[in-house]
Parts: sequence; structure tokens; C-alpha cells
Amino acid sequence: MTDSSGPLIEVRDLVKTYDVSRPWLARVLERLPVQTLKAVDGVKFTIRRGETFSLVGESGCGKSSVARLVVGLDRPTRGSVLFDGMDLAGLRRRSDIAPIRRRMQMIFQDPYASLNPRWRVEDIVAEPIDAFGLVANRSERSGKVAESLRQVGLSPEDARKFPHEFSGGQRQRISIARALAANPDFLVCDEPTSALDVSVQAQILNLMKDLQQRFGLTYLFISHDLSVVYHVSSRIGVMYLGRLCEISAAKDLFRRPQHPYTRLLLDTIPDVEMTGRERVSVPGEVPDPIDPPPGCSFHPRCPFANERCRQEDPTPVQRGRGMVACHAVEEGRLPPFKRSDLGQ
Amino acid sequence: MALLEVDRLRVEFPTRRRALVAVDDISLTIEAGEVLGVVGESGAGKSVTGAAIIGLIEPPGRVAGGEIRFDGRRIDHLSDEEKRRIRGKEIGSVFQDPLTSLNPLFTVGQQLVETILAHSDRSADDARRHALRLLEDVGIPAAAHRIDSYPHEFSGGMRQRVVIALAVCAGPRLIIADEPTTALDVSIQAQIIALLKRLCRDQGTAIMLITHDMGVIAETADRVAVMYAGRIVEVGRVRQILRAPTHPYTTGLMDSIPRLGHDDADLAQIDGAMPRLHEIPDGCAFHSRCPHAFDLCRRRRPVLQTTGEAAAACFLFDQERSDD
Repeated sequence: MTDSSGPLIEVRDLVKTYDVSRPWLARVLERLPVQTLKAVDGVKFTIRRGETFSLVGESGCGKSSVARLVVGLDRPTRGSVLFDGMDLAGLRRRSDIAPIRRRMQMIFQDPYASLNPRWRVEDIVAEPIDAFGLVANRSERSGKVAESLRQVGLSPEDARKFPHEFSGGQRQRISIARALAANPDFLVCDEPTSALDVSVQAQILNLMKDLQQRFGLTYLFISHDLSVVYHVSSRIGVMYLGRLCEISAAKDLFRRPQHPYTRLLLDTIPDVEMTGRERVSVPGEVPDPIDPPPGCSFHPRCPFANERCRQEDPTPVQRGRGMVACHAVEEGRLPPFKRSDLGQ
Repeated sequence: MALLEVDRLRVEFPTRRRALVAVDDISLTIEAGEVLGVVGESGAGKSVTGAAIIGLIEPPGRVAGGEIRFDGRRIDHLSDEEKRRIRGKEIGSVFQDPLTSLNPLFTVGQQLVETILAHSDRSADDARRHALRLLEDVGIPAAAHRIDSYPHEFSGGMRQRVVIALAVCAGPRLIIADEPTTALDVSIQAQIIALLKRLCRDQGTAIMLITHDMGVIAETADRVAVMYAGRIVEVGRVRQILRAPTHPYTTGLMDSIPRLGHDDADLAQIDGAMPRLHEIPDGCAFHSRCPHAFDLCRRRRPVLQTTGEAAAACFLFDQERSDD
């Protein structure tokens, strides 16, 4: 069943809608229609073994929803997620699901909220060990916990402490240790460094890179920070309003961005080196996802939009090694992207 | 004379055991029309410094030493009533979360008009006209229509614009902006920064911009003060500090920012974390994380030494100077 040459993750036309209607009685009395929010709308990508695939976009673009769907925390409305060739949604028996669940773990954004304050670090880190029955006895359990803590740069003595005795960066190390305790192949990291200070962020990113090399891990990395994404990713998908507008190899995306929204995002990266580049201020905001604009959802903010963009949904087309969904790119009417500080 | 002078400010929070020093003997100045960035990691004391200036330290916290002078007049020991008169009229403020600065029960127009009336002798009609002009100024589309909307009817970016309109409506000469763009998306961030810069330029308002984001500092500030464990470790022109920082903490901070075009190598990292308030070590607060620390650093606290347009509190810097 497993094919070690195929992608580890294959996401096929994923759709997730949420019912955001008023309560039933109010809806009937006020004669309101059912309202749905399409958080994820036809998202499709693959993640190869050992690579870091990142999803970037502004808040509300659906990147975290995709992450939750991929690990199976939510069920997709349509479409499927294949892990190592197997569809999680197709499995019914607990005993079939558990071995796959063990192989995928998640790291969350807020290390203050994701660790139970009443548990000792030992029990937090041992949670997947207990859940999947990975050890035979208590001494093996503490041995495994100590090993995980050492792997993330903490000391085995820390196992006896409580989360409040640690700083934000150390707490994030604890959540990584918890994920590693299950011996996973695949980690979904949802904004793992967004709540951390920049010097601590560097520590965590370096640690994650190191662990990836040591254990051959595959990452799905979710972030809104393009500089971080540039640093960690092999490939990047850019999301806007529930859709993927571009997928590309990381370096290509920054040197030759195709989609106008990707270009917009690149323009908003602050210029820390003070090269004198003016940050372009883009008008407008992300539209209301309950009532998205017709046609290409980016057209109200796009400087290259024309009549076709206002009416017709762009379909994703293959471009080189990547994908882009944009009429302007397809018709070849986008000017080349110029930015001085990135080089060629 | 500088518009704002903070002289050896010390802010303490008493606890059962002893007082925690959140801001430890810091001095800074802001000239009229200048943007001073205050940057540092969480817990460095930047927000407490801002709160002390506008007189909003929550008791039992208190200003335990030093002076704050605004336009030559001492403002740190005024009565609550006098402080309230200065807030809004002379010193405006913008905070991270716009929802906490706005009253959910009143329309933005009502809140603006109330603030304008409190600080000027305009008539109610005139105040409303002024409010409308402010909303247009800060870039609210269809302001004439939106003026009667409630805060929850605005998006995050638009709310922050409303808060900025509130901050400037009485024509203050200084704005304390505490992480004004942190809660916003990157594309909206750029809009808000552009707005603050324009206000500063057009009306000669000085801004104290508190943030953890070096990118925001790089684009907005004229000068920057870097804070660590309640102290200023380095201060100077932005260009100089960002491109050629002297203090090992600033150097480490700048190197740990991921950059485009710098490929594959690991990020430089500062090991450890900033000490918490109750465990700040003797001597230089940074010495336990500093790659260059030597004996003196553990014993004596360095003071800011000025060279040219920058000053750093570091013995390393001190020595280099004496070697010259």
C-alpha cells in the first residue's frame, strides 16, 4: 500500500465549508437564507518526503483550516487528504487510524495555550507515548521522555517541572518534544514561532531544521511571515481567501513571483537592511469570506484586473515547476517583477 | 529643548518579597516632529516606559524615581486630574488592540466628537465636521457614511485608523504608539505605517513608536532605543543602529532576523532568554548570554557611552573607545 517514491501527502481538491447562519428559529422568523463560509475552496497540493512545504497568507485565508484538515482534526466537506497513499477519511476502525495518527503530529502557535498547566512536563511529553502504547513499562517511558527532551535542547530534569516554569521559547521546545515522542514522519507546524521574540524564533527555527535533517521529517509549515517562510521552505503555496493562488519552489517564488497577490505580499516585507526601498502600500483589505467577490477573489485589490477577472474564476495552470491561478499570468499581460534587493 | 525628556526613569512593581524593577534608570529624549522607535523583546520594559509617560501605570506599580518633562514642564508627579488633561490634548496614544481603545456601545462619530469637545471649545456641529475630516484624513472610505457606524462594524485595519483619528483629534504634539501594527496583517501594516508617517510629517507630531518589530522601526523611526531587561542598551540614528550595531545584544537581535536572499545557513541565534524581572543578574543584564562577556561585565553595570550619533551601554564599546 505504501509507495516510498510517491509524495507523503497528497491533498486533492479540498473544500471545507462552515455553516455560519443565524440560529434556526431566528433564521426562519426573519426569513434569512442559510449562510455558509467557504474556509477552504478547492485546495490541491502535494508534499514530498523530507521537504518543507509552507502555506502563507493573511489571517482568514484558510491556511490553518488546511492544516487542521491535513492532520484530520476536521473532516473535509469535499475532497480528500492522502497520507502515504492512504485516505484517512476512508478508515473507520480505530485500530486502522491510530498507526497513521502516530506518524503525523502537530505543533501549535501559542505555547501558553497548547500545554496543560496542571500537568508535569513528563506527562505532557509522554501523552503520545501513552496514547499509542509505544512503551512497555514506566522506566522505558521516562527514558523516552528524557530522550525527547534532550533532542530539543532541554534537560531530562525538566521533566519534573510544570509549564509555567518555562519561557515561551522553552515551552515551544516542550511541544516539539511532545510531537517527537511519537516518532513521527510528518509534522504540521501552525505558526510555531509567531508568539515568540525574534531571537528565540531563531533558536526554534534552527532546532526544527536540525531535527528535520536528523530524523528525515517532512514539514507542513503555516506562517504569515514571509521572511521566516523563505528561510525554512522547500516549496511554498500562497493562499488568498480559501484558495491557492500560486505554488512554487521557495527561491523561485521570491525571485520570480507570478501571481499579483504574491507580488503584493513580497512588497510588504519590511526593509530591515534599509536599502532605501519604499514599502509599497497596497490599497484595500481581504474581502469578507462569507460574501466573496465574483470571478477572481483578488480582483478588487489587483492592479492588473480586467473584465475577465471580475467575472471568471481563474483555473490553476502549471507554470514551470509551480502552479499559478491568474488570468493575467495566463494571458501574459503581467509586467516582469522588479526588486533590487533580492538579486537574480 | 526637546519636546519630551525622560530622565533616569525608574518604575517599580512591589511584590510581597521585594519591588520588581520594570524600568531601570532610563533616559531618553524626543524632539518635536521626531519618530523615536523603542524596540525590545517582550518584558523588556518598553510598554511600561510608554505607560509611565502618559501616566497610566497601573497601581501598585509606580514611578519610583527620575523625571518626565514635557515641553519643559514636569509631568510625572501631577495629580490624576492634571494628567488626564494632558492625555489626549498634549499626548495621544495608540495601542495594539484597537478594540480595547474603542467603546463598543458608541458610534465612532460619537466617540470622536466627545473627545474633541473635551479638549476644545468647538461647537457640537463644528466638532462633528472636524471628526468627519479626521476620518477622511486617516483614510476611512465613505467616511460620511461610516461616521455613524459602531466599532464592531469595522475591520481590524479600519478600527486602528479610527483609533489613530481619536489619538490625533485634539492635535497632540506627541503620540505614544504601542505596537500599533502588531495585530494587523502585513498588507494593512504597511498602510498604517504610511499613515503615521504622513501625520508626523504634515502636522509635526512627534511619535514614540514602541514595537518588537525591527522592520517597522526601519521604515518609520528617525532614532531608535533598544531596550533589554528594563534598560536601554543602545540608542542612536536608525540607519546606524540597524546597519552597524555596537551592543552585542543589538548585533545578535539583528542577526537573528531571517532575511530574504540570505540562503540556507542557520540563523544566528542568541542562546538563552531574557532574564525575568526577579532574576536580573548583577552587572550587565545581558552578560550571561553575551559571547564577549568578561569579568567586569559580571560585576559592574555599564552606562551609555556616546560616540558620534549613537550610544551603547557596554564595556566592550567603552574599551574600544579608550584604545583609540
